[in-house]
Amino acid sequence: MLKEYKTIERIAGPLIFVKKTEPIGYADLVRIQLPSGEIKNGQVLDTSRDTVVVQVFEGTSGIDRETKVKFLGENIKLSVSKDMLGRILSGAGKPIDNGPDIIPEKRVEIIGAAINPYSRSSPSEFFQTGISTIDAMNTLVRGQKLPIFSGSGLPHNEIALQIARQSKVVGEGAKFAIVFAGMGITNEEAQHFMRDFEETGALERAVVFLNLADDPAVERLITPRMALTAAEYLAYEHDMHVLVILTDLTNYCESLREIGAAREEVPGRRGYPGYMYTDLASIYERAGMIKGRKGSITQFPILTMIGDDITHPIPDLTGYITEGQIVLSRELHRKGIFPPVDVLPSLSRLMNSGIGPKKTREDHKQVSDQMYAFYAEGRDLRGLVAIVGEEALSDRDKRLLRFAQEFEEAFVQQGSREDRSIQQTLEIGWKLLSKFPKRELTRISNDFKEKHWKGQE
Amino acid sequence: MEKGTLYRIAGPVVVAKNLKARMYDVVRVGNEKLMGEVIQIDGDNVIIQVYEDTSGIKPDEEVINTGKPLSVELGPGLLTSIYDGIQRPLPVLKNLMGDFIKRGIDAPGLDRKKKWDFKPLKKKGDKVSGGDILGEVEETEGIMHKILVPPNAGGKIKSINAGKFTVDEPIGELDDGTHLMLMHTWPVRKPRPVKQKLPPITPLITGQRIFDGFFPLAKGGVAAIPGPFGAGKTVSQQQLAKWSDADIIVYIGCGERGNEMTEVLTEFPHLTDPKTGKPLMNRTALIANTSNMPVAAREVSIYTGITIAEYYRDQGFSVALMADSTSRWAEAMREISSRLEEMPGEEGYPAYLSTRLAEFYERAGRVIPFGTEKEGSISVIGAVSPPGGDFSEPVTQSTLRVTKTFWALDAKLAQRRHFPSINWLTSYSLYLNQLAPWFKESVSADWSDAIGSSMKILQEEDKLLEIVQLVGSDSLPEKEQLTLEVARLIRENVLQQNAYHEVDTYSPLPKTYKLVKTILHFQSLAQGALGRGIRIKQIMATRAKDNIANAKFERDYEKLLSNVVAEMEEEFNKLG
Repeated sequence: MLKEYKTIERIAGPLIFVKKTEPIGYADLVRIQLPSGEIKNGQVLDTSRDTVVVQVFEGTSGIDRETKVKFLGENIKLSVSKDMLGRILSGAGKPIDNGPDIIPEKRVEIIGAAINPYSRSSPSEFFQTGISTIDAMNTLVRGQKLPIFSGSGLPHNEIALQIARQSKVVGEGAKFAIVFAGMGITNEEAQHFMRDFEETGALERAVVFLNLADDPAVERLITPRMALTAAEYLAYEHDMHVLVILTDLTNYCESLREIGAAREEVPGRRGYPGYMYTDLASIYERAGMIKGRKGSITQFPILTMIGDDITHPIPDLTGYITEGQIVLSRELHRKGIFPPVDVLPSLSRLMNSGIGPKKTREDHKQVSDQMYAFYAEGRDLRGLVAIVGEEALSDRDKRLLRFAQEFEEAFVQQGSREDRSIQQTLEIGWKLLSKFPKRELTRISNDFKEKHWKGQE
Repeated sequence: MEKGTLYRIAGPVVVAKNLKARMYDVVRVGNEKLMGEVIQIDGDNVIIQVYEDTSGIKPDEEVINTGKPLSVELGPGLLTSIYDGIQRPLPVLKNLMGDFIKRGIDAPGLDRKKKWDFKPLKKKGDKVSGGDILGEVEETEGIMHKILVPPNAGGKIKSINAGKFTVDEPIGELDDGTHLMLMHTWPVRKPRPVKQKLPPITPLITGQRIFDGFFPLAKGGVAAIPGPFGAGKTVSQQQLAKWSDADIIVYIGCGERGNEMTEVLTEFPHLTDPKTGKPLMNRTALIANTSNMPVAAREVSIYTGITIAEYYRDQGFSVALMADSTSRWAEAMREISSRLEEMPGEEGYPAYLSTRLAEFYERAGRVIPFGTEKEGSISVIGAVSPPGGDFSEPVTQSTLRVTKTFWALDAKLAQRRHFPSINWLTSYSLYLNQLAPWFKESVSADWSDAIGSSMKILQEEDKLLEIVQLVGSDSLPEKEQLTLEVARLIRENVLQQNAYHEVDTYSPLPKTYKLVKTILHFQSLAQGALGRGIRIKQIMATRAKDNIANAKFERDYEKLLSNVVAEMEEEFNKLG
């Protein structure tokens, strides 16, 4: 029989301080019953012989000193089952789609243990998103974590939806699932996501966790962990390839800061807690593949850069943990280009291990390098043209300038319903490259030029 | 053993009461006996950092003091191993707990079952003291592991036997009753003693042109390699681990990505050491404490690594230690410090940050160890991950105060796909003069001059580029247009190096030298031509110089470059 306490001493922000008599375990789950009968949940943040500090997931509004507190003696768990597919759950893991309760096959702690680095297998299988700028230029690999660095007002949600619709793992009989976790997103955004999932049938293979903007901030801290626990269950127990979309990590980090401030911790850079790197790592590092298991977890975290500043602590710490980043550009967005992916600062660290013969195509690497080099040069020239005028440019420079424009309009630009295979993407690339004389394609070897170059000498 | 009880738990830091303990004693916390270390004593409160997750641990559970400081096991079997931050072998953990790291399980650092063939070099009756070599064991193919008398032992040998032993079986005895074994332990936070420290005089050859040529690191020296994410820190560290000519490599993945450690683990056994032709793994010990593993173990992983490095140094090896990344280590310190509610210094880091960094880097050096006339060395290369790529932050600045080589990674270069993206204008090496005699003797008499002239050209280019931005390159005087062209050749053919190309990934010193000389030869030919009134356009149109690029990817670079020189001379003769 669990003891019930009515000994709340202090309430501050999302935290309550409780006096107690029996020893309480660190990180244990707490059930809080308000005089009105409402039930809230919390977790032990600090436990000592006399007092316990509890963070309340649903916020402390309505809690008074008469409120009853019960310590459950276990860590936060999620009930997992294969029936979760097709369901919409709250940020705390409860069904909110008016469907039946999920009958658990298992209850799993949401604080995932770290994968032993020795047990990991190197990610090396191509993951097709159907988006040219990702597939060709910043290839995603199964088991990778590749965030989208976006900004307010940029169409990152559209891109996330497109990826969710179009994602394919190349390989036979591979079972595919999506786990979607919305953290602090608006009601409107959530509805948009749900409608799209339902219309396109993506919902059938998806598990959705929603923590909305007006849901308690503290709940946001458990939402991604719930999602990843579900993902791990599907990947490692049901051999599925799981794509996890987490949006928006910026809201998550804000909550982390809020809790830190309520605990009166010493703040780090810009007021974010000093342990934010470790905390984010405990989310991102749950992507991967394990030797001897068939499933995989690939992560697409989305974050909005505050003031479009890539050196802000949230994108900065993220970039140090994830294996690359896809950066969206406001300039491209203004030009009406979708998806507005700026390939120059974007990077996929695992690209080289996921492309080439038998995976994508033998010329993939060289085509991508060549386009990258030309586009970079072309963009530099735009600055020069503004000063000296296009007349002063050499023929090659003019070609580069034109390439930069066509690259944006024909290669980067694609419809939100346009699903390009990697072959189609590379063909578009060759079409653009064929406008250069063969000798200027210095990064492509002769045999590939013979095979794919379609220009005129 | 002393016992106490837990009073308070908040994350990785816990408080015990009624526990008799000294600073840095290792304790066992709670019913699950999690490993921890005493880091502060305040009246009756003993504050402990715990190396494992503390979820579910309750006040009033027991704390046991082992009475010993945190130590590592030193003996044959360290090489080819991969450990977590507290020297638990990860393959063993996998067998014991499955694919995920669980807690409360202990695993000795060295395999207790494996037998090693011990050949004594001392005999009964010999007088020995700490650090003396008792004998040797072939640890991996080509590496003879010296079995040392533990630093604090000594006396007359009462018995010593040849044969096959496990690490903890006695191989002999001293007259004071001390059992001699293949292994001994050493506390990680205490530097191992040495007879004498010496100034470094030989370079650590890395096969990377920009390091060897422009910003060399000495054997026994320390280098810092700071850079924002995506600038190639990890690739540079791995290149150094692969190709440096040290005898032993200790690679610490401190709070970094799990997939990267997997890459090292899968790649190293298949790569061969250019010096010995043996797998690189044979000379490597890995420590992997990834970013999601417990933070206190991350704090200690750096010490575990350097202690292993010191042990091999004491055997007379040259050791290179890579720490990727020291910023994560500093952050671990910050996290623990803030949980102790210590008064923070700059950016929340503890005030003792720079002291700790300096203490760590001071454990590098070229030394004469006890017991042998042979010298050993530890070179340390510390990666730094400054937030936002801003080098003025405390970890970078504290590191720069103690390191003499600075390899500045530049995100802009990385974005232009200039790799390794080391900025040649902001990087420096204070070992240049110290190492000049070595290069003079071992490579060429005019090595320093050639490098010096190249550096001058690059600096001039930087100034010229500012003007070009405004007026375009065509409006520059012809002489300066030539400087730009020569600088481009140096950048593309010397500074840039492809880590993924099988030949270019390792560039021997003579090759680096020859590349530089060929480019400088072009410069002098071209300057001569300009003097004779030949136009820069004609010089730019010459073809031979473009072939220098091919030499990078060519094993037989000598022949190729000699041809290039001949062709260049012919072309310039034709110009008149």
